[in-house]
Amino acid sequence: MNFVRSHVLVCGGTGCTASKSPEIIAEFNTQLKNCGLDSEVRVVQTGCFGLCALGPIVVVYPEGTYYAQIKVEDVKTIVEEHLLKGRIVQDFLFKEADAHGVEQSLNNTDFYLKQHRIALRNCGVINPEEIDEAIAFDAYKALGTCLTEKTPQEVIEIITESGLRGRGGAGFPTGIKWKFAAASPGPVKYVCCNADEGDPGAFMDRSVLEGDPHAILEAMAIAGYAIGANQGYIYIRAEYPLAVKRLKIAIEQAKEYGLIGKNILGTGFDFDLEIRLGAGAFVCGEETALMTSIEGHRGEPRPRPPFPAVKGLFQKPTILNNVETYANIAWIINNGPAAFNCMGTEKSKGTKVFALGGKIKNTGLVEIPMGTTLREVVEDIGGGCPGGKKFKAAQTGGPSGGCIPASLIDTPLDYESMAAIGSIIGSGGLIVMDEDNCIVDIAKFFLQFTMDESCGKCSPCRIGTKRMYEILDKITQGKGTLEDLDILEELALHVKENSLCGLGQTAPNPVLSTLRYFRDEYEAHVVDKKCPTGVCKGLVEYKILSDKCIGCTACARVCPVDAISGKVKEVHSIDPSLCIKCGSCIAACKFGAIIVE
Amino acid sequence: MKTIEDLQKIREEMQSKISLRKDDGDSIRVVVGMATCGIAAGARPVLEALVDEVGRRQLKNVIVTQTGCIGVCRLEPIVEVFEKDKEKVTYVKMDPEMARTLVSEHLVNGRVVQAWTIGASE
Repeated sequence: MNFVRSHVLVCGGTGCTASKSPEIIAEFNTQLKNCGLDSEVRVVQTGCFGLCALGPIVVVYPEGTYYAQIKVEDVKTIVEEHLLKGRIVQDFLFKEADAHGVEQSLNNTDFYLKQHRIALRNCGVINPEEIDEAIAFDAYKALGTCLTEKTPQEVIEIITESGLRGRGGAGFPTGIKWKFAAASPGPVKYVCCNADEGDPGAFMDRSVLEGDPHAILEAMAIAGYAIGANQGYIYIRAEYPLAVKRLKIAIEQAKEYGLIGKNILGTGFDFDLEIRLGAGAFVCGEETALMTSIEGHRGEPRPRPPFPAVKGLFQKPTILNNVETYANIAWIINNGPAAFNCMGTEKSKGTKVFALGGKIKNTGLVEIPMGTTLREVVEDIGGGCPGGKKFKAAQTGGPSGGCIPASLIDTPLDYESMAAIGSIIGSGGLIVMDEDNCIVDIAKFFLQFTMDESCGKCSPCRIGTKRMYEILDKITQGKGTLEDLDILEELALHVKENSLCGLGQTAPNPVLSTLRYFRDEYEAHVVDKKCPTGVCKGLVEYKILSDKCIGCTACARVCPVDAISGKVKEVHSIDPSLCIKCGSCIAACKFGAIIVE
Repeated sequence: MKTIEDLQKIREEMQSKISLRKDDGDSIRVVVGMATCGIAAGARPVLEALVDEVGRRQLKNVIVTQTGCIGVCRLEPIVEVFEKDKEKVTYVKMDPEMARTLVSEHLVNGRVVQAWTIGASE
């Protein structure tokens, strides 16, 4: 066996793949061959490292050198300088690591320092397409322990004691869910995995599946053993082709090793797994709709009870857990429930993965202990808003969650604290807004999403979200009244209380929370007919300042609708009835003569 | 079909392949000076010999890596061996044959080759 003295890990997550990481891997292999290093240096494609804003990421071991934003043409330099001569290429280093000095290990940078990786433990560490690497990092060890040393009841007790709660949104205790399903009588039961990640801005499930698919397969087999099921389904959206591909490879390899299928590890336990592709309907992330879809019907929710643990998929007892929930299971079995429940807060144990997006410097994936404050996530880990802008609010939980204003930035991120301020942890999407974002516009954006995605089965959701959207649209056009705000709030509460499933019950959250914390901004829209941020086009007017305009005609030439008139070297003017407020004239004016009011 | 023992075997066999990525601080670090002075003096064949010999003997817990100029260019090629809780050993004026002996004597048998250390040469 050849001794490999160095590993080059290249991120193969969706983000980095889009910025050419497969080409980078190919180039590394070519250049290593050219330098005669191909037998002593190995190139490994891994899952997501988390710092997607700076992709493609390349990490070189044993030094742990962290290169960011690598281009194909940079590879030659890295091979010739670093891998051949041992000189770290300073220019390509992740800048934060650079500031602390070259020898600084990756884990000590601000982005990683406060993180604690359990669900993401193997993402960016192993090659997800090689089962042996996963096994080297303890994959299927917990399954072996459960099958040979623990009874199903003991497994459920461990999970219950760990305090793990569902990471998909609702936060139901996982151990209790398993206990109910185990207690339901019947020879046929099912284990399902919800990988229908539909919240705009959330991508942790995708990253786990792309970076460490075996963790999910193992956890599902453990769940099957615990509740007495022999069949599992992974429901994943077809829009995640890379995750689907790696899952298929993982299942194939696990079957080959006999870790999935008949008589697992020679213990007599059978567990088979199948993938079901979802067509991208948001409502199919709701558990009853998801199971209806697996059955081959149109994905619509149904009333509960009966709960899935009693009557779920094909009318049999079923458990459905989210990808991230499963990603914690094997770690808890291997390390014991106490190692898990010592992290987090009194009622929210362990860690949670958040997908940082929006107006934040370090866009990416972070895993932090529950109860870490929003301030730590946004300012320390996320690096704050780019361009020195002021933090205005953060939307947690996607379209089902609420908007947290800057005044509550010290709120801990855990299930209870979030609920207390009218938001949710949800799936873990965290969208940051700065002073340039209009809150009414944001609420409108999320409502448009839920309105489009409403399945239409129940009227509160189908009609209610539509009417709420219409009111918000009216407000952003400057035609709203104070009365509209009251109707909007009343309607929101009605939809929340009367909708059939989680989609409708949570759809009004963005409206309710923004009305609660940013009522003054709504009032500015309806009373003063002004959008304080200038985002709502219906409420702003473009004007030319006569003392600054020199009549260069630059604006008139770029205006796509010929709304600007004026002679050369004379002050121009904009016809508001024609202006579409596209902003082209502002970009073209070199004298700052055009303003938005 | 694999048994639990098979699984454990794969886990152990893979350790030598992935231990680079686990920084547990217990590994022996063998560092070759690969600055211009080192390369000119023949550090690259020394590194190749080290890698080959460590691989041939399937040693675990050994990291072979490079560094820049150590500062005494006239004594290159220089190889330094770092072990946890032990004093660093600096070998000077190395060649590929000496590198192979270093692996067997120092890394395998734990005997420092005193004659080649910087202390002996000065």
